[in-house]
Order: sequence, then C-alpha cells, then structure tokens
Amino acid sequence: MAATTAPAPSRSAATSPIVDFVARAWAYLFLLGMVIFFSLTGPGFFSVQNFSNILVTSTLVALMAIGQTYVVITSGIDLSIAWTVGLAAVVSARTMRDLNNGGMPVAPAMAIGVLVGLVVVLIPGFINGLLIGRVKIPPFIATLGMYGIVRGVAFLLTDGQQVVGQLPDAVRDVLRAIGSGSLVYWIPEQGIAWFARPDDLPPAIIRGVAPLLPYPVIITAVVVVIFAFILGRTQFGRHTYAIGGNEDAAMRAGINVKNHIVWIYVLSSFTAGIAGVLYLFRFTSGAPQAGEAALLQSVAAVVIGGTSLFGGEGKISGAVIGALIIGVLQTGLVILNVDAVWQFIVVGIVIIVAVLVNQLQAYLERLKANA
Amino acid sequence: MPNAILECKSVSKHFGGLTALNQVDFHVERGEVVALLGDNGAGKSTLIKCVSGVYKPEHGQVFFEGKEITSQPPSEIRDKGIETIYQDLALAGNLDVGANVFLGKEKKKQLFGFIAVTDDDYMRHEAAQLLARLDIHIPSLKQSLDNLSGGQRQAVAIARAMYWNARLVIMDEPTAALGVPEQRKVLALIRSLRDQGVAIILISHTMSDVMQVSDRIVIMRRGKVAADMMRADATEELIVKHIVGTVEGAA
Repeated sequence: MAATTAPAPSRSAATSPIVDFVARAWAYLFLLGMVIFFSLTGPGFFSVQNFSNILVTSTLVALMAIGQTYVVITSGIDLSIAWTVGLAAVVSARTMRDLNNGGMPVAPAMAIGVLVGLVVVLIPGFINGLLIGRVKIPPFIATLGMYGIVRGVAFLLTDGQQVVGQLPDAVRDVLRAIGSGSLVYWIPEQGIAWFARPDDLPPAIIRGVAPLLPYPVIITAVVVVIFAFILGRTQFGRHTYAIGGNEDAAMRAGINVKNHIVWIYVLSSFTAGIAGVLYLFRFTSGAPQAGEAALLQSVAAVVIGGTSLFGGEGKISGAVIGALIIGVLQTGLVILNVDAVWQFIVVGIVIIVAVLVNQLQAYLERLKANA
Repeated sequence: MPNAILECKSVSKHFGGLTALNQVDFHVERGEVVALLGDNGAGKSTLIKCVSGVYKPEHGQVFFEGKEITSQPPSEIRDKGIETIYQDLALAGNLDVGANVFLGKEKKKQLFGFIAVTDDDYMRHEAAQLLARLDIHIPSLKQSLDNLSGGQRQAVAIARAMYWNARLVIMDEPTAALGVPEQRKVLALIRSLRDQGVAIILISHTMSDVMQVSDRIVIMRRGKVAADMMRADATEELIVKHIVGTVEGAA
C-alpha cells in the first residue's frame, strides 16, 4: 500500500522519534512534570483533596475553552464569553429566586432557572455569529462590542449589585449540594460513601474526607466528551476545520459557511453558559463578573493545548490539558506561598513557550513529510 | 455538433461600457482537450465564468450535454458535471486527502445505529484508489495537504473532480506554480483524465503545455474567437500571431 511510511534514510536529530514525541506530547509532559514538581516541593499538594480541588477549579476555564476552541479553529476569537458566563449565572439565579418566591417548589424552579440561563446566553452568541458570519465584522470587534453589551445587561439584571441578592435558603441548599457535592467520597478508615458526606463523623476523620468525583467535574467531563466527539468525528466538526483551513474552499465545496459561523458562536456562548450555571451552583451566587478573569485563561488554555490562532488546527483535549496546566500552576504557586502576581508572569511565559513549541512541531512535521 | 458536450451559442457579456464577450461561439467535444488561449483581457476567464455559472451572460445560450444551463447557479452547474479547478485549487490544506475529495459531501456512517459520524476510513480508501488510477502516490494518506507538493495537490483537486463524476473539467493555469517535474506530472494527469472520457478546457499561457496535451486550440482576442484550429495544424508562431492579432484576415 502507498499508505505505509518508509523510514527516512538519514535521520537527523531534528526528526528523531524522541524529539518528535516530545514536540507532540509536550503539554501532557509539562502537566505531568508540574504535578511532580509541586508534589515534591509543596506540602499538601500531593493529596486527593487538592487534586479534586484543582479539577473543580479548572472546570470554569475548561468549559469556556471548549467553545473557544471551535471559534479559534475557524480563525476567530470570542471575547464576549468573559461576561456570557456571568449573564448565565445571573439569569439562572434570578429565575430560580423569583419562581421560588412566587410559590413554585424548589426542584422545578431550579430546573427552569438552569434552562432559562442556558437559553438566554444563546442570544449574544447568535448575534455574534450573524455579525461575523453574515455582516463580515471581524470577530475581535464584534465580540468586543458584545463584551460590553453583555456586561451591561448582566449588571442591569442584578440591579447594579455584585450578585443577585436574596436567594431563598432552600435554593441555596440545593445549589450547594450539587455545586460542592460529589458522587463518591473517600472516607479514611471507612472506605467510600456515595452521593453525600456522611454525618456524625469524628473531626479527625472529617478532615481526611475527599470528594473523588465532584459533580462539577462530572458535568464538565460529559460536556468535554460530547463536544470533543462533535469536533473530531462528525460532519459539523469536519466543516469547522475546513472553514479554518480555507474558507474559500469550504464555500466552493458547498458548505454553508455563513450558517456554520453562526452555529460556532452560539456554541461558544453555550459552553460559557454552562460554565456560568455551574459557577452559580459552586458559589451559590449569581455574579456578573463570574467569567471575567477566566477569559484570557481560556484563550491561554486553547493556545497551550496546541490550537493555532491562525485557524484550522486544534483539539478539545488540548484545551482541557491547557486548563489543567493553568489550574495546577495557580494552585501550586499558592501552596508554595508564591505571591499571586507571579502567577500572571508564569502563565504568560507558559503561553509563549506553548506557541513556540507548536511552531516547532509544525516545522518538524513539514520536515518529516519532505524526508 | 452532435458530439459536443459543451456548446456556447452567441454568448455576450458586458461590464459597463466594456464588451468582454462579443457573440462568442465555442464548443468542446466529448473526451477532447481544448486549450483556450488569449492575452490578458481577451475574454478567456469571462467565457469560463459564463460556463461555470459565476457570470450570467446577457445574450446567448450555454448547453451542456444537450441541455441548456445558461445562467444557472454555480452549484447546480457543478452538480451537473462541470468542475472548475482554479489556480488556488480550493483545497483545505489542513485536512487530509480523503477529507478534501469529499469536502462538503462527507461520507457518513451510523455509530450505535443513530449517531452520524464521518467515515474517514472509507473516504481515505476511495481517495487512495482514485489517486492510484491517476498514478499518483502519496506516502501517507493521513497527512494534511499542506505537507504535499504542488503537483500532488493538483492531483487531489483533479481526483475530487473525477470522484464527483465531472464530465467537463475546466483548469485555470494548472502548471503555473509548479517546478518542471511536477508540470510533467500534471500534464500526464490531464492525459489520463481525457483517456477516461473527460473533456477538458485548459487555460494556459505556457505554450509547451498547450502543444503537448491539447487536441484543439481556441484563441480569443478582444472578446471574440480569433482562431479555432486543430493542434496538428498549429505552430507556436501561428498561435502567437493570433494572440497579438497580426494574422491577415483574422477577426
């Protein structure tokens, strides 16, 4: 078969399998290296509680990075999700509060709240998509405009406050049970417990209880699997790559590029919306600024994960690894008592290194192809 | 013309005050390679775009396989079997050969009976067979097109046209950006395409290409057909004279 690759006759250092492997898997190796480094140097870093905590913390950036990956593959960028997250949290919280105060039982009120939050965020995504796909406004500008609009709307909905006030206690309890809960707990000396932390444990044991499968992590994992599948295996995913690779070719091949772009930005808003609803569950507060700091981290996660800002290349798994790298870095530096400002510097360096390594990898690939 | 696969009758196209095509009659027969020559602005591209549906002629008719296709949208004309391969090839460089051949018309299969996923193995396999028919070998089918040579990419574009059953392929300067060995490969491709019964319109400025692969040569000048001759009757000198308009009695 023509498909069998002949080994290059003269294999220089640049095309050796080890260099090739490192260039390909560097993000995984880097994550592993950091975990080992912080485990050896940071007291308490190597513990189930801490790892579980890092996973939960990373869900926000990871969810935003999922949609952002799709956007960046089509050589766009979505800045507006910085506030879409908060919009979802605020709308959900308000809906839950008002329905419950209006006499609706907690369960349906909360279910509707979640639904409304997720649906409302589709509106800014849809408008982004129309502006970018049909009116041909550059993504940076369109989503920057939407950044301001969504921010303003989110604060309007909290009546100018930092959070949605006066959530009923019954609602708060359920939010906490899910947002801070875990499907499985590890109880020292007693084994595992399902669904909830058992009451009446001695204090010495309570300190050792570790959530093994926090609900936010499970939910995020499900979202990751679904969207990784769509990107990697379906026609929608294939067209996403095609548009990023050569928009003109995609159009001439009969792909409805304009509609596809609309879907991409709706999708980006949607995963940001999930992040926002999850934020509400985790912190029992609908805060407009929930996603503000995470925007640049989500872009960083996408880039660290090997997605090219020029479009056409990228994977969801990469974005997840990128989000975990940022989560480990932040937690590790805190445990080492490094001043918070160093986080920015370190994350910044990692982003630049990531882009350099990805360029190196593309170079190696070309070298190999021409060997 | 009983054997004509494409026939343009008295096609005219104006851009403002400029007459780009002036009542042009043009035809291509089945399995024929027609070289379309002319200086810049002679009307070659305008004629081609009137055939492929990009432009709508103001006057005249275009027939493909006996049926009128004048002014139909490009996608419909392509579905009928006329494929245009532009100079930039319109390929997605980040995707592999199979994905490009099937771009926009991906072959799907059902996962667990209800989830439609792309059938990448099938598409790669079909692409490999096509390329083998064209005598093109690509080291790894999973490689993205960015890692292939210009000639190989041209082959992929041609393979795509073949797969979707094009009976007329329009090629715009197919050898312009290629090195000499690659140019030869592409000319061989054109021949093997014709041998499979596909008609070809070849737009080219490279005289040696034209002399090597074409059956007939049509020369345009100022929006009109200035000459229409069999390759056997043509010399490079005569062609150039027609292009620049120094032949006595020429239109």
